[in-house]
Amino acid sequence: MSNAISWFADIGLADRPTVGGKGGSLGELTKAGIEVPPGFVVRTEAFEAFVQKLDAEEPLRALVEALDPADLKTAQDTLEKVRARLTGSELPAEVQAEITAAYEQLCAGRGDIPVAVRSSATTEDAEDASFAGLQDTYLWVIGAASVIDYVRQCWASLYSVESVVYRRKQDFPESGVAMGVVVQEMIDARCAGVMFTRSPTTGDRSVITIEGAWGLGSAVVSGEVTPDRWVIGKLTGDISVRDISDKHAEQLPRASGGIEEVPVPDDRRKQACLSDDELQALRAIGRQCEKHYGKPQDIEWAVERETGKILLLQSRPETVWAAKEAAVAPVAAPSDNPMAHVMNIFGGRR
Amino acid sequence: MNDQSKIEAAKGFPLPSSLKVAPGTEGAQAAYPYYMQFGEGDDERFWFYNSMHFPEPMHHFDMVTAEAAYCALGSANTRVHVLPTTKGIDYRVINGRVYIGGIGVTDPAEIEERVAEFQQRAFYYYEHWEDLYASWKDKMRALIQSAQDLPVPSLPKYEPLENVHAGKGVASNHYLLDTYQRILEGYFRMWHHHFEFLLLGYGAYLTFFDFCKKAFPEITDQTISRMVAGFEAEIFKPDEEVKRLSRRAVELGVDHKFIDGASAEDVIASLEQMGESGKAWLDELETSRNPWFNVNVGDGFYHYHRSWNDDLSLPFAAIPGYIEKIKAGENIDRPMEKLQAERQELIEGYRELLTNDQDRAAYDQMIGLATRVFPYVEGHKFYCEHWFTNLFFNKIREFGALLAEHGFFDKEEDVFHLTHYELEQVIIDLMTSWSNGSAPRGIARTRAMIAERQAAIKAWEPLETPPALGPVPDIIDDPAIVMLWGITRENLDSWLSAGEEDTGNELRGFAASSGVIEGTARVVKSVQEINRLEKGDILVCQVTNPTWAPVFQKIGAAVSDIGGSMSHAAIVAREYGLPAVVGTGNATARIRDGQRVRVDGGRGVVTLLD
Repeated sequence: MSNAISWFADIGLADRPTVGGKGGSLGELTKAGIEVPPGFVVRTEAFEAFVQKLDAEEPLRALVEALDPADLKTAQDTLEKVRARLTGSELPAEVQAEITAAYEQLCAGRGDIPVAVRSSATTEDAEDASFAGLQDTYLWVIGAASVIDYVRQCWASLYSVESVVYRRKQDFPESGVAMGVVVQEMIDARCAGVMFTRSPTTGDRSVITIEGAWGLGSAVVSGEVTPDRWVIGKLTGDISVRDISDKHAEQLPRASGGIEEVPVPDDRRKQACLSDDELQALRAIGRQCEKHYGKPQDIEWAVERETGKILLLQSRPETVWAAKEAAVAPVAAPSDNPMAHVMNIFGGRR
Repeated sequence: MNDQSKIEAAKGFPLPSSLKVAPGTEGAQAAYPYYMQFGEGDDERFWFYNSMHFPEPMHHFDMVTAEAAYCALGSANTRVHVLPTTKGIDYRVINGRVYIGGIGVTDPAEIEERVAEFQQRAFYYYEHWEDLYASWKDKMRALIQSAQDLPVPSLPKYEPLENVHAGKGVASNHYLLDTYQRILEGYFRMWHHHFEFLLLGYGAYLTFFDFCKKAFPEITDQTISRMVAGFEAEIFKPDEEVKRLSRRAVELGVDHKFIDGASAEDVIASLEQMGESGKAWLDELETSRNPWFNVNVGDGFYHYHRSWNDDLSLPFAAIPGYIEKIKAGENIDRPMEKLQAERQELIEGYRELLTNDQDRAAYDQMIGLATRVFPYVEGHKFYCEHWFTNLFFNKIREFGALLAEHGFFDKEEDVFHLTHYELEQVIIDLMTSWSNGSAPRGIARTRAMIAERQAAIKAWEPLETPPALGPVPDIIDDPAIVMLWGITRENLDSWLSAGEEDTGNELRGFAASSGVIEGTARVVKSVQEINRLEKGDILVCQVTNPTWAPVFQKIGAAVSDIGGSMSHAAIVAREYGLPAVVGTGNATARIRDGQRVRVDGGRGVVTLLD
């Protein structure tokens, strides 16, 4: 086995079936010249090799495929054992070696560096809410052994009761079930947040909305901290909204691994977490992503504490307004007489 | 009961009848013409204080600016272009403050009839815009020429012999009345020209504006105006002339005479002593002055907003800064091609953001019409509010000088304390006295009137002026009011709730030009104070208009009481990359000279820092 992992630089969106959506997207950003924290994807081939190894020892997929989605009790008992096998069994030796080697390469002689381990689903509908549990993210994982543990945790989440019941109801063949896992260097963020390349409130495509708070982005994404918020003209760079909030807490890496929430010192609580220059740099990155993908994006970003470098953790198409847009009528129709438009103002038709 | 508690009690604005004329100023109030006084029926109508054009108590003569402007605005709307849903603007004055109210059309049958008329008239104008605008400029130049041709009013001891021998048959005193009536007639006529295109122009702009607001709900006003605004209009020329003069000063080697802080008179005197090169520069100055220094430092509604030609402080204050830049090798030319390219880029960029072909086609039509009409919207002011208005007030000033010479006034400026009717009476009094060799009859009377008016203006200045009067309308559907004053139902609500919330250390206005900057505020109340501005200062003034542009090179930001996001000041501020917040209402009153402030031109917020 020599294709258990792929580096971001070598993959793109087209590789979704073997690296998953998240991994493909990080690869795509890297290719587009947008900086992301470095990392690799544990490909579906690695998962396949693992499951085949387990299947050879004792049937696994057949057992799952035979489950009756109406019989929850049996499903629960069976899946608990399946998940235990996944999390408790040794990976095929080559897979283990490749992941270990890739992690060491990522560390590049800096000792064991912290990484994020995240599931990366291979199908569009796997990002659907009905696949809840597949969006596993483990932050601040340190050491090759831990990385491998959490890779197995991600894989095991494929066998959560909800996921399997959904698959069985859809009569989805178990042989087609696969998952990529992203292993990415954790960056210690001075501040982090999200960016939409359209307005989340009005759908306006001419603005970029940025939200951010101190520390790791998890505080913003989980909604535990009210972030600072800016609205910036996408083409003009004009900052038309600056809502600087009281950011009472921030999430920081814990020395022993994982993250912890700590109170923000008073002097920083009401201070903007991004400078105007950083906002403009983010705007440029947002436009670059949107241009690359050809549609408005929903982006996660972070500013590295040491270097002040802006890095993207994720960029995916915005879905809420994109869906609404298809159904919305045009604002105005062209007129045979271009002057007739003024009747909207003068004709009492406002 | 103060004005604020009155507002709360009525859950509306105070009624006109509840406003009291300031004690001791009754005579001055009564002296305004009867048709400007609040009276019967006015309590049933909605009025708002036109602080945009008339931010200060009106001298009696200056009320002619409202009178002539509304006569012309109304006729254009009501009778000429026949705007379907609006007629003209009615106005009243109390305690020197001008209140105005729109006259809407609500009867559907009348609207329908007016729509048919409007389309025949307005569409013709849109269709023939460039030709009509070209002939408009000819009309304005002819009008300006006729004002320039009027003689300086004077009364010789004896009629000049050559007039007698020529059989002229009309004596000098007659020409006082003739000149006065001609300049007054010209002023009223000027306003008709002013409004010939204006509402149609704004309407085309607003059509595009409305579309943008619907297609891009969070687009800023300043972005829309950037897509439409030109850079070519005459009103930008004065600043260009100052740059040209700065360049010539360097080329002629006279630049060392322009010292920061030196008065224009001193600089001119020192150049006069320099011989050839000094004279060469002064010749250049004369070229620039006519016509380009015929711009006043306000908006043309007050006699004391003098033109650059009458007071050279403003252009001269800017020259040292430009010279410094030229010598440092900086290019101070306006990058016209770049500005035009940026505008084009914005237009195309927003077009690309539209999601369907229908919208793109409609957008193209609307921006096409808006950019077609805009040269007029931007260009007319130079001819009307500036050039002609300067000639008008200066001609009246000449009468002031003549009347002062004959004892009616202490100084020529006193003439502006009389209404234009009273002034005509005084002129005829003087004509009579000259003709029969007796003393004028009205000297003591006129002097008493002047004293009364001077006291009244002083008494009116500090009075709180309610922003609006009368019942609150459900909707503001008058395109003229929306276009010219930016008044909407939301504005009224915020006026009604003003004072309820503590605005603390913040002032809000229109976001005119993006950027955030902190600095020392310089509250500049008149152009004579321009020299107090130091590099990086934040200019706080009543009106910012393009005639202030030359000082934009040295200041850090601009804040004004009056102005909208599509004002020229906003355009100029953006070109200079200067944060600007305009139309704050009361910045010159609330900001202390020397106070530290932060200006956020992207949000339209000024924060007082100490």
